[in-house]
This record gives sequence, C-alpha cells and structure tokens, in this order.
Amino acid sequence: MSDHAATHDHDDHASHDPAEIDRHVRVYIMVFVALMVLTIVTVAVSRFHLSVPVAVSVALLVATVKGGLVACYFMHLISEKKLILAVLGLTAAFFVVLLALPVLTHSNGFWIPQPAPAQTDAEHK
Amino acid sequence: MDIPYTVAVRRDTGLNNGKIGIWLFLASEVMLFGALFASYILIRTGSPNWPRGDTVLDYRLATFNTIVLITSSVTMVMAWASLMRRKFGTFRIYMAATVLLGGVFLVVKYFEYSHHLHLGEYPSHSNFFAIYYTLTGLHMLHVFGGMVVNAYFWGPGAKLWEKNPVWFTNRVEHSGLFWHFVDLVWIFLFPTLYLL
Amino acid sequence: MSEQAVAAPKHEHDAHHEELGFWRKYIFSTDHKVIGIQYAVTGLLFLLFGFSLMMLMRWQLAYPGAALPLIGNLFGEARMPGGSMLPEFYNELGAMHGTIMVFLGVVPLAVGGFGNFVLPLQIGAPDMAFPKINMASYWCLFLGGMTMLGSFLVPGGAAQSGWTSYAPLSVIAGTGQTWWLIGMIFLITSSLLGAVNFLTTTIQLRAKGLTFMRFPFFVWSQFVTSFLLLLAFPPLEAAGVMQLMDRVAGTSFFLPSGLVVSGQVLANAGGGNAVLWQHLFWFLAHPEVYVLILPAMGIVAEIIANNTRKPLWGYRSMVYALIFLGFMSFIVWAHHMFMTGMGTTMAAFFQTTTMIISIPSVVILTALIVSLWGGSIRFNTPMLFAVSFLPMFGIGGLTGLPLGLNISDIPLHDTYYVIAHFHYVVAPGTIFALFAGIYYWYPKATGRKMSETLGKIHWIGSLVCMNVVFMPMFIVGLAGVSRRLFDAGSGYDFAQGTMHWNAVSSWGAWIMGLFQIPFIFNFFYSIRNGEKAEGNVWQATTIEWSAPSPPPHGNFAIPPQAYRGPYEYSVPGSDKDFTPQFEA
Repeated sequence: MSDHAATHDHDDHASHDPAEIDRHVRVYIMVFVALMVLTIVTVAVSRFHLSVPVAVSVALLVATVKGGLVACYFMHLISEKKLILAVLGLTAAFFVVLLALPVLTHSNGFWIPQPAPAQTDAEHK
Repeated sequence: MDIPYTVAVRRDTGLNNGKIGIWLFLASEVMLFGALFASYILIRTGSPNWPRGDTVLDYRLATFNTIVLITSSVTMVMAWASLMRRKFGTFRIYMAATVLLGGVFLVVKYFEYSHHLHLGEYPSHSNFFAIYYTLTGLHMLHVFGGMVVNAYFWGPGAKLWEKNPVWFTNRVEHSGLFWHFVDLVWIFLFPTLYLL
Repeated sequence: MSEQAVAAPKHEHDAHHEELGFWRKYIFSTDHKVIGIQYAVTGLLFLLFGFSLMMLMRWQLAYPGAALPLIGNLFGEARMPGGSMLPEFYNELGAMHGTIMVFLGVVPLAVGGFGNFVLPLQIGAPDMAFPKINMASYWCLFLGGMTMLGSFLVPGGAAQSGWTSYAPLSVIAGTGQTWWLIGMIFLITSSLLGAVNFLTTTIQLRAKGLTFMRFPFFVWSQFVTSFLLLLAFPPLEAAGVMQLMDRVAGTSFFLPSGLVVSGQVLANAGGGNAVLWQHLFWFLAHPEVYVLILPAMGIVAEIIANNTRKPLWGYRSMVYALIFLGFMSFIVWAHHMFMTGMGTTMAAFFQTTTMIISIPSVVILTALIVSLWGGSIRFNTPMLFAVSFLPMFGIGGLTGLPLGLNISDIPLHDTYYVIAHFHYVVAPGTIFALFAGIYYWYPKATGRKMSETLGKIHWIGSLVCMNVVFMPMFIVGLAGVSRRLFDAGSGYDFAQGTMHWNAVSSWGAWIMGLFQIPFIFNFFYSIRNGEKAEGNVWQATTIEWSAPSPPPHGNFAIPPQAYRGPYEYSVPGSDKDFTPQFEA
C-alpha cells in the first residue's frame, strides 16, 4: 500500500508503456477472431454426426485450442511466472488423474464377469 | 498494519499476493469442475443409451451464449488494458459491457431452463438432465458471482482508483482472471453437453 | 484499514487499533493469532464432544443391549428407550464421531489453530497475506460446526450413514444427512480459503533470508498440507452437491436403476453409480488423512529438534519425502475401494502406488527417530508426547500395509483391524502431536507455561489408555468382526472368542476420558497461574521465539531476518547450545 507512490514495478508483462499495451490489445483482437472461428468450426463439425470417439476427439481438440488461447493470452499465462505455471501444471496432472482413473477402474471388469448361466434352468430345480 | 506485497511485487517470485491468491483459487476451481466432468464421463460411459446433446438441448442458443461469453472475456481484458493505459472512462465502458454480456448469458440460460422445465425435463427426469443442470447451474453461479465482483469494481469499488490506481488495476486484473476462467469452463462445457 | 501511504505507518496503525472494540478485537478479528486461538479452542471443544460421542458408543459395545444407568435416560425414547441404545442412535453416534473428529476437531486444531497461530510467526511475517479471508474462513468453520451440531436436533437425528456417507444408503437416509452435506460445504469452503491464505503467505511473506530450504519442518508440513486441501477438497464439494441433488431434487447420480428400498422399487430415473460417490469421496479423503498427519509430523519435528539440542537428522530427505508424499497421496485413493469390484489392472495400480507411498512416511519417521540419537534429551511434557508419537505412528503406519495390499485387504477390509490401524495413526499419533504442540506453544500464546506435573499425568494416562483401547481391536479385527456393528458382533459365532475385548477397550476409553481432566484444568488454570514464560522459554532457534509472548498485533517491531538454517543447535564453538535462526 505504501508503495503506490513508488515505481512501476507492479508487473512487468505489461508496463504503462503505451506501445506495449497496444501490442497486447492487437493480440487480444486476434485471439477473439480465432475464438469466433473455432466456435463456428466446432459447431459445424458437430453437424456431421461423426462417430462418438471421433466426435469427442475433435471437439476436445478444438476446445483445448480455444481454452489454450484464453489461458495463454487473456489470462497472460504465456508470460506468467514459473511459480504459477508450476502450480497449474500440478493441478492439470491431478485433473487428468481425476477424469481418467475412475472410469479406468470401471472399464477393466467393473462387474466381475459371472460364469455363463446353465443351459436348462429346469435341471436346477 | 501493512501486509507486504499486497501491491508491490516480491522480487524473487515476481508476483504480488493477490495474483498468487487468485491463481490458487482457480486451481481449486479446476478440481471442482473436474469432479463434475469426471462424473459425467463415468455416468455416460456406464449408460446404455445416452442422447447426443443436440437432440435434447438447443445448441444454437448455446452457440450464441458461447459467443456472448467469449466477447465478454475480450471486453474484460480490454477493461484491464484501459486501466493500464490510465483511461478510466474507457475502463468503465468495457467493464459495463462485461457485466451486461454476463447478464445476457444469464437471461439466455433462464429461457433455456424455462423451456426444459416446461417440458417436464427436471433434473430428476434423467441422468442427462441431472448432470446438465448441475454443470450449467454451477457454472451459472460462477457467472453470477463474477458479475457481482465486476459490478462492484465498476461501481463503488472504483473509488480505489483515486487512492491507489495500481492496486485497483491489479484487483481488476485478478477479477478478470476469474472471469476468463468462467469463460474457459464454458468453452469445454458447451461442446460436451450440447454437441456430443 | 487506512489507505493512505504514510511515512510512519506503525504509529498510526497502533493508534488506530487501540480503538477497536471488544467485538472487532476478539470475535471478528483479522489477527492471525486471535483467529488461530479461535480455531484451536473450537477444535478442542469439538474433540471433546466427539470423544464423548465415542464414550457413549463404547457402552453399547462393551455391554450390548444393556441400559446405561443414569445418563441413558437423558437421550429420550427415540434414541435410548429405557436407557438402552437403539441401532439408529449407534449409527448416528458413529457417523458423527468420525465426521466431528476429522473435520471439526483435528483439522481446525492442527491446520486452523497451529497453522494460523504459528506459521506467520515462524516465517517472520506480520500476519497472513489475506487477513479478512482468514477471518471468513474461521466463521465458515463455525457455521459448518453449528450445522453439524444442529443436525442432532432434526427429526430422525443426525447423519447415520458413516462419516463416509456411502450411497445409496446416504441418499435415502433421513434429514440429518442433508444437514451433514450442507455442513460439509461450509467446512470445505473454510479449508479452501485457508489453503489459499497459507500458501500465499508462505511464499510471499517469509522473512528476508528465509529460503525454502531454511524453513522449519513445521512450515513445510503446513505448506504441503495446504496444497492437499486446495486440490483434493473440491471434488468432495462437487460430490456433496450431487448427493444433495439426489436427496432433494430427485436426481440419480448415485442411485442405480431398480433400487429396492423396504420392499419397494424407488421411483427414480436410475442409471446412477454408487461407486462414483466413493471415487469422489476418497479422492478427498485419502489426501485428507495426510492433512491429519502432516501438521503433526511438523510439530513433532520442531519439538524433537528443540529438546535434543541438535539439528534434525536428514532434514533435506524429510522435505523431499514430504513433497513426494503429498504428490503420491492423490493417486492412491482406491485402496479404500478394493472391494468394489474394480478390475485387476487398476487394483494392481492402486496397490502399487499405496506401497510406494509408505516409503516417504518411513523416511520421515526414521529421520525423526534417528534425530534422537546422541541428543541431550530434555523430557518435558511436549517432548514426552512427541517421542511417544513415534512408536504409535509406527504401529499405525505398519498396520496399514496389509490393508494396502489387496489380497490381505480382503479379510481385513471393514473390520476392527481397520479401526485400530487408523486410530493408532490419528489418536496416539496426531492427537498426541497436537497435545505436544499445545504444551510447547502455549507460552508463546499466553506468556505462561502449563504445569509440568499435570502434563506428565495427562501424558502417561493417555499413552497407556490409548494402547488399552486400540491394541485389542487388531485382535478383534483379525477374528473377522466387522466395524459399525451396533452390537459389536455379538450375533456372530466367530466373534464370540473376542467379544470380551470390547469391554477392555471401553474401560480404556472411559479412563482415558478421566485423564483428560488434568489437561483441561491445566489449560485454563495456567492462563493466569502458570509459571511466567516470556521470551524464548524453550531456548529454541525458530523465528517465532524472537517475538514477545504473546506477540503484539503485527508480531515484530522490526521485521526479522533469517541468517541460517532452522535447527542450529549445539554449534561447535558457540557459547550457547543453540544459535537462533533470527540472530545476526
């Protein structure tokens, strides 16, 4: 608080230098256009009703690119400090674990297969 | 008392407290939504017949909402950039736009929900709707929360600009990070629920 | 807080704070020390309450079906008709005992109490990075606690589906379960806010010269614990919301199709997955057990270094082990779910990660034990508790191994063996460490020492009783007696051979209750009458001891600096047997 009168050392990825900020704004506009295009792409692709695995892969890929643009440029992760990136990397790892492991425990024999039922039930009376 | 590095940056980390705080909070939010996505995956893969999203939900309305939210992310970052350029008036316009676009998102969601409820498609109707309402509902709460904070910075909170413009700019930046995160979640939510 | 940039902020702020009324100073304070004490006292009260619930349960377990004289009549016909406990009440006690001990007792005391009070002092900070959020986190805990307590009064009583709230039982259970879920949401929010604060504070507000590898081990333990809370709790919050929706909005997240309840098929959409709840619950609850133990290890490390007058052995290894442990804790959770029918591949995966995670625990325990070697040991009360933690945690940890191997887990799963295992870790483990910490840092908070005599009585009684209570449970569990049986297994033939141990455990528990009285008395009596202990009463090396006892608002008149590592005891050539971290 007592620093407000002091230097401009609050952050260095975009100082008060107008030219620098102009450059950032240009990036924001470009990212906006890219996001609009990708939104149209993801909706358009969905109209083809591809098979579920393919549809999921494509949709996730596009979403990841869009999300990546928002994260890198709107949220400035592209120039963020290592500490923040490390925390987010750790989070991403656990996020993947959370999404993948439960369904994996279920896909490899969730219901332990029962032996096939006998041919004629009448014999078991 | 003075808490150090509230505004000024600590030299060895290169960060101020608020920046770290908001990112840590966002990390926890990633895990929160992650759990819901994990639930979606488990329930869907365990289901004998799961409808394709666009057969049950209105994907065009959702596409519109996607555009609204992405635009609001741009206006948000422009609001912050305006402060960096010391243009308070422009900040106000962009911030108002951000809040308004958030409002539009919520209004569209209201119509979406009303339509489904009118058709008897309550959360109890099926697991598709259960997870749909839960995911979009939680997301909606976050949109609303973000709007409240942004409205505060547009309105009464803007007084801080006079007293400590750097601190105010930082706080708007941190609020922006939350807002972008909300947009980020929607970027994944939209195709998952409405297109797949 | 004044916003102007002032030349001499100290004086203005001092004057400003002298104006704070009683409410802002003691109830709605943003000072980490006040908040820490609020957390600690709340935690201790809930520990006592949770302990009382258990003492009541133990009557039923020792003498199944017998009427409890005098006290039994206080619980009314709905719970203890004629003084004899109903199964539903037993389940209520069991579920709430677990919930309260874990979430309202240990975590608030270990993390909220010790973390809040000691951490800023130990890193030389004036307060936490976000004092108002700190205050908010305490009041969230308070609301959560009140909700949990209030749930006892709703029709049908409090939650009674275990602290684990497994679906589908928890979904069809009475109103108390809804209150449990709401209470948990408050508690989780409290922990998340706290975690953000602790992490930011540790990273940003540490003193000049206090690099990460110069942190006291206690600071490291709180740091890793905060990461666990931050990233592991949100999935349970999501799950809690989903279970609330199942209960209140008729969804079927956790309800399978065609579920039959009391002879009738439930009219729900179905298609849900009860095991989904288990995944989300244990994703939190496994890291949660490390939340329970890590602060305790931190406290023990401080006290051992201080009372052996030598540096901790293997500090670096301990830190790396701690970090590795924290990371691994996120990928072992399904060892709580070996019996849910998962395939052999994933079962093998979780078994492997579980075996691996025992390694860093052993590293830390070994380092603490080796740290005793060659020390000039002072057997004061904190040290007695800290040293006895070691074999107790050792027993707890080792007995976890057969549970982590899925073959041996089959007969042991959900038996009294499990209860014995985890109680050894938490009760004569964590709680002993917390007691140690109270005796150790009490002078810092109050300027007075607690009575050593009363402390030693508290210690020896608790230590003996803990073992009397829990050691027999291994035997009972190995005989195959399931946990959560309201009649302790008296209806089963195979349980008959071990039934007598239940009364032994119960008497151990009740006598242990008596031995807490000297502690409670000591805690309050010493506030005014304890031996005066301003300054560095333990001749310790860490930064908190450079502040006055108790420290004023803002903690340090001049921001301290760290000049060396945290455990420079008995440095050759020094005139004292300790060289504080903060001394130039």
